[in-house]
Amino acid sequence: MAATTTFPRLLLDHATQRPDAAALREKEYGIWQTLTWAELAQLVRELAHGLAQAGLQRGQHLVVVGENRPRLQAAMLAAQALGAIPVPLYQDAVAAEFAFPIINAEVDFAIVEDQEQVDKMLELREQCPGLGHIWFDDPRGLRNYEQAGLASLDALCESGRQHAQAQPDFFNTQVALGEPGDVAALFFTSGTTGNPKGVMHTHASLIDRAQAGARFDKLTCDEEVLAYLPAAWVGQNIFSYAQWLACGYVVNCPESASTVGIDLKEIGPTYYFAPPRVFEGLLTSVMIRMEDAGAPKRWLFNQCMALARRVGPALMDGKPVSTFDRFKYALGNLAIYGPLRNTLGLTRVRVAYTAGEAIGPDLFSFYRSIGINLKQLYGSTETAVFVCLQPDNQARSDTVGVPIEGVEIKLSPSGELLIKSPGLLKGYFKNPAATAEVLTAEGWYHTGDAGFIDASGHLKIIDRAKDVGRIMGGPNDGAMFAPKYVENKLKFFAHIKEAVAFGDRRDRCCAFINIDFDAVGNWAERRNLAYAGYTDLAQKPEVYELIRECVEKVNADLAQDELLAGSQISRFLILHKELDADDGELTRTRKVRRGAIADKYGVLIEALYAGRNSQFIETAVKFEDGRSGSVSADLKIVDVKTFPAVRSAA
Amino acid sequence: MTSKKIGDVILEVKNISLAFGGVKALSDISFDVREHEIRAIIGPNGAGKSSMLNCINGVYQPQQGAITFKGQTFRHMNSRQVAEMGVARTFQNLALFKGMSVLDNIMTGRNLHMKRNLLWQALRWGPAEREEIAQREKVERIIDFLEIQAYRKTPVGRLPYGLQKRVDLGRALAMEPQVLLLDEPMAGMNVEEKQDMCRFILDVNDEFGTTIVLIEHDMGVVMDISDRVVVLDYGKKIGDGTPDAVRSNDDVISAYLGTSH
Repeated sequence: MAATTTFPRLLLDHATQRPDAAALREKEYGIWQTLTWAELAQLVRELAHGLAQAGLQRGQHLVVVGENRPRLQAAMLAAQALGAIPVPLYQDAVAAEFAFPIINAEVDFAIVEDQEQVDKMLELREQCPGLGHIWFDDPRGLRNYEQAGLASLDALCESGRQHAQAQPDFFNTQVALGEPGDVAALFFTSGTTGNPKGVMHTHASLIDRAQAGARFDKLTCDEEVLAYLPAAWVGQNIFSYAQWLACGYVVNCPESASTVGIDLKEIGPTYYFAPPRVFEGLLTSVMIRMEDAGAPKRWLFNQCMALARRVGPALMDGKPVSTFDRFKYALGNLAIYGPLRNTLGLTRVRVAYTAGEAIGPDLFSFYRSIGINLKQLYGSTETAVFVCLQPDNQARSDTVGVPIEGVEIKLSPSGELLIKSPGLLKGYFKNPAATAEVLTAEGWYHTGDAGFIDASGHLKIIDRAKDVGRIMGGPNDGAMFAPKYVENKLKFFAHIKEAVAFGDRRDRCCAFINIDFDAVGNWAERRNLAYAGYTDLAQKPEVYELIRECVEKVNADLAQDELLAGSQISRFLILHKELDADDGELTRTRKVRRGAIADKYGVLIEALYAGRNSQFIETAVKFEDGRSGSVSADLKIVDVKTFPAVRSAA
Repeated sequence: MTSKKIGDVILEVKNISLAFGGVKALSDISFDVREHEIRAIIGPNGAGKSSMLNCINGVYQPQQGAITFKGQTFRHMNSRQVAEMGVARTFQNLALFKGMSVLDNIMTGRNLHMKRNLLWQALRWGPAEREEIAQREKVERIIDFLEIQAYRKTPVGRLPYGLQKRVDLGRALAMEPQVLLLDEPMAGMNVEEKQDMCRFILDVNDEFGTTIVLIEHDMGVVMDISDRVVVLDYGKKIGDGTPDAVRSNDDVISAYLGTSH
């Protein structure tokens, strides 16, 4: 059952059926400003006319870069109304990273947020001479720019209004020409290796998944959503664009990236998505503030949280709980859980999702225990997100849910997960070879993930299929090595921010660790441990001892699992700098780029395996303003205790 | 970027001398400031930079000389009068209300624009309320301009120093001044904060056409952003001109680097 409509048609439906209902809100000058569906439709109409006047044709691409802003959202709709294809790009990427998508998609038109993005586009003009038209939303600082083809969105709307007077039927005709099978958007995947790939999604695939997800969670037009993740990410497109148009709920744009926390509290979203690191950040900030609270408050908090850990998840899952415990939980709700949910800005959340990375069991159950319906999902850019979702009363930290309507799952002989769904990509843009690699003739998509369906019908993911390796030589010869699985277990500790494990085709597993500067910094302050900065703190013997304890706990945990006991970490070091996307060490979605790190820090890996106790390293770093410098340090390397594998009884 | 339009002389300082008892802080200083330009006053410690600003601002009364502002000549300025004529300033050692929020601090900068008296304001009723809403909108534009939305309700005392400096600038901007006097806007800041502050100063100059007179120690910053520079040393003017001219002036070099004997 494929979707039979397009995004612009959905917009016009809302504008006719409920013209005065709120569509978008944006906080500006301290006040939430509302745009109704009718006003939005008018704005889209003007932008579409303006873009057509400027020469944007059916099938051409339009780059959109910026934070979530109503007019950028409208620009995507305007392009789609003309049958053109919006290409959202990551706003925090450096100019050079835009070059490939712009050249690849032969982009002539760009709509960007502000001066920062305009500067990047102008910088790219030498490489991409076709980039003739650039419009900006926020004119600040651009008064004296006189480059050809650069204009404000206000000017675009104005020229659109004139065009509309001359051709009043143009817009509706163009919308009617659009077919559900047309490509609706092009998402460039950050990719851990090689050039990014442009994932083509049709109106039908995005709308189908948006509607399937909405039915699964019974979403209505009354939901409130905060649009704070980068628009270039397919998940943001699903939650704040596809489902927004499919359900007709309200999307709220924060005032600026730094006010998201405040805006979250003011809006109180009912439907919320955040990657695990956001939930982790929220919890860390609560815990740090709790440690500063007075003794009676701390006592009450600890008492209530102990109760919540015991009965909270059971209550959320609808399992039987004794009346007395229910009564105590209700008191706890008055004293702690309710106010805490309010502080987090999650009071009204009906459905919250997390995905993208594994989430720690403690972190996951913390949110569920205080009455927030946090669940996990599984999906990717190529599958338009929704593949597996957790039903309300079956949320677990180690699975990613059950296949939802329309989805079929099977395992390849090598253990790779294959998917068939109406939400699959149409293909990679201008890259049939890559498309053929992931999409079989029978319509199965190769996820590249290794996983299995467990006894309860839930999907469980172990690692990327290509990353799963083997230990070679040593006492654990031939054991399975799943780096991400090990790294995730390390990252579940609040003091560890990132970890990179090595071990494939080696005799044992070793790891690089990044400490969490906030958490460890706070820990050090409490112990009167003076430090000068990240590099200094990371090399303190006390910090090494702290991290060594964490690693040992991970080893003890891994030893419980017969399959992965060979992946225990025998040595580690703490890196002298934080892994950073600007230095090419993480992807823009903060995934570790294993290959790049192994190349860059080869000397450290060698030191780990050669049994040295310290190693000098100097690394070039790029600062936010584009300057570069270097960080150097003498890194300590320490050994960790490993445990014998626990053979499963019987 | 295209060149901005620098206008006629808006502020002229003529033969100013200021002494505290036997200490001569300024002797016979003259220079002018043109409309829409960024004019820097530099010099080693104790050169008399802040004293010069305080004379313009009406905090100090010079014993000799005159100051011409917008065609009117004064023997000495009075600080309220100066403010009413459109001159605002920030302070080297911040003079913010630490216990008040960012919003309220900037709001105080609008005080000269409030028509209703203290009693009306205290009652916050009818016309006074409407007036406050109108003023609040102006303040919100400044908050947006300086990108401090996240700290709107935060007491100023809890903010890091770099942000407090930005609030100080915001309060001065709230007066919608024609001339803005900045006393070491970048003192004690790290590189990133300095860059931000430079951008704000250039943006203020560009967006609002505000004339800016600034004192600054960081030579790199001064040479980058100012149109003309005055150099003081021991209360005397030893250089005046474009950054390039000043950089190659022998007196300036010896004042900063010392002379070989």
